[in-house]
Amino acid sequence: MPESVANIPIQLKVNGKSHSRTVEPRKLLVELLREDLDLTGTHVGCDTTYCGACTVLMNGAAVKSCTMFAVQADGAEILTVEGLEKDGELHPIQKAFGDSYGLQCGYCTPGLMLSALQLLSQNKKPSDKEMRKAIAGNTCRCTGYQNILKAIQLAAQNMKGA
Amino acid sequence: MYPRAFHYHRAGSLKEAVAMLSQLGEGAKLLAGGQSLIPLMKLRFANPSHLVDLNFISDTSYIKVDKDTLRFGALTRHAEIETSAPAATIPILHDCAAGIADVQVRNRGTIGGSLAEADPSGDWATVLSTLTVEVRCLGTNGERAVSLTDFINDAYTTALAPDELVSEVSVKIPPKESGGAYLAFKRSAPVYPTASAAVQLTMDGDSCKEAAIALGCVGLTAIRAKDAEAALRGGPITAKKILAATDAARTAADPQSDMRGSADYKRTLVGALVKRAIEIAVRRARGEHVEVGHIYA
Repeated sequence: MPESVANIPIQLKVNGKSHSRTVEPRKLLVELLREDLDLTGTHVGCDTTYCGACTVLMNGAAVKSCTMFAVQADGAEILTVEGLEKDGELHPIQKAFGDSYGLQCGYCTPGLMLSALQLLSQNKKPSDKEMRKAIAGNTCRCTGYQNILKAIQLAAQNMKGA
Repeated sequence: MYPRAFHYHRAGSLKEAVAMLSQLGEGAKLLAGGQSLIPLMKLRFANPSHLVDLNFISDTSYIKVDKDTLRFGALTRHAEIETSAPAATIPILHDCAAGIADVQVRNRGTIGGSLAEADPSGDWATVLSTLTVEVRCLGTNGERAVSLTDFINDAYTTALAPDELVSEVSVKIPPKESGGAYLAFKRSAPVYPTASAAVQLTMDGDSCKEAAIALGCVGLTAIRAKDAEAALRGGPITAKKILAATDAARTAADPQSDMRGSADYKRTLVGALVKRAIEIAVRRARGEHVEVGHIYA
C-alpha cells in the first residue's frame, strides 16, 4: 500500500456550476458531491453498485456515483437532483413524481428521477417495457414501482414539446 | 466505503498505459469501466497500489465494420454496443449488450474490460465463445492477436502478460444463414446471472451445418457444450434433437452451489435456457426478427 498518495487536481461542472478541487484518488464521486459540495440529494444506498440511489448524470448518461472515482469526472458535466429545478420551478419529472405519488420514503427518488431523465431525453414516448428497462438499476422498497411508472409516463406527456 | 489508498495515473494513449504498467509493476491495475474493479476495491478484495486510468484516451471506443469482421475498441461501452446498428446485425451481440446489468452499468462497463477480467459470471466471454473472436493484446513488445479460446485460461485468468492490455476485440461476422441467441436468468437486473446460454447456429436450408453452444456461470470459464453441438449438427433440428442437446448441455455444466442457487438447480436452469436459445436461434437463422431479453426471477 502506498505511504503517501498524490492528490489530483480536478475541474468539473456540477448542475451548471464549475468547481475546482484537489482530491484523493480513492474519493468516490458520490462523496465529492455529498461531502465537498454539500449536495446531499444524491444518496448512498447499498454502496455496492446495486441499488442506484446514487445515480447522477455524467455528460447526460446515468451512472452510479458510488462506482466512480471523483478523478474520473475531471472535465465532465454532472447533473444531480439539485440541478433539476430551474428558477424555483420544479422539473416536469419532479412534478410528475409528486402528482403520481411516485415516492413514499423518498430515498431512491433522486436516482430514479435521473434515470427517468436519461430515458426521456433519448425517448420521448417510452413504452411500458422501455420504462421498466430504464429503471431496472434503481431499487425502490416502498412503492412497488407502479406509481413510479405512472410518474414517468406523466412526465413524458408533460415534457412533450418542451 | 473506501478502497485502500492508491496512486492514480492517467494514460494519454494505450502505448503510454502499457509503459506505465511495465514501469509500475505488479501492484498496478488498469481502470476501464470500473464496474467490477471499483466494487472489488471498495470491498477490499482487490487492493492495487497503482491505478492506470484508460478512460481519458481518445479513439478507444469504436465499432468498425472491416470486411468480414466487426472491430470493437477495448473501451467501447456496453451501451454503445446496445445501440449500434452494425452490432445489431449480429443479434447475439445485441442480446448480450442490452442485457448486461442495468443502464448505469452499461453506460460505463466496457467489452475489453469484461474479457480482461474473465469473471466466470461475465456475459461477454460466454457470448463471444460461440463466434470466431480475436483479442488484440498490446504490450511492450508490440501487439499480438490471441483467439478468445486461448485468451481466457481460467476464472479471472487470461493470456495477458503483466505489461499487456486488451486494445481491440474483433468478431468475425457469421454467414447470412446463421442465427444466434443469448439468454441469461437473473434474480434482478443489477446482479450477475444465475446461469446463461449462448447458441449460434449456421443452417444450410433446413439442415444444421454448424452449432456453437456456450454455457455461462456454470463453471470456472464459459463452457462450450461440444456434445450438445454435435447433437444438433447435420440434418434438420427436430424436437428430439433439441432435447438431446439440452440433456448434453446439462451434463456439460459444472456449476457450484452458492447464494444464486444449488448446483442441481443451475444445471436444470441452464438446460432450459439452452432449449429456448436454440429455438430462437433457429428462427433468427431463418431471418425472423425475434426480440429477447434477459429473464428475471
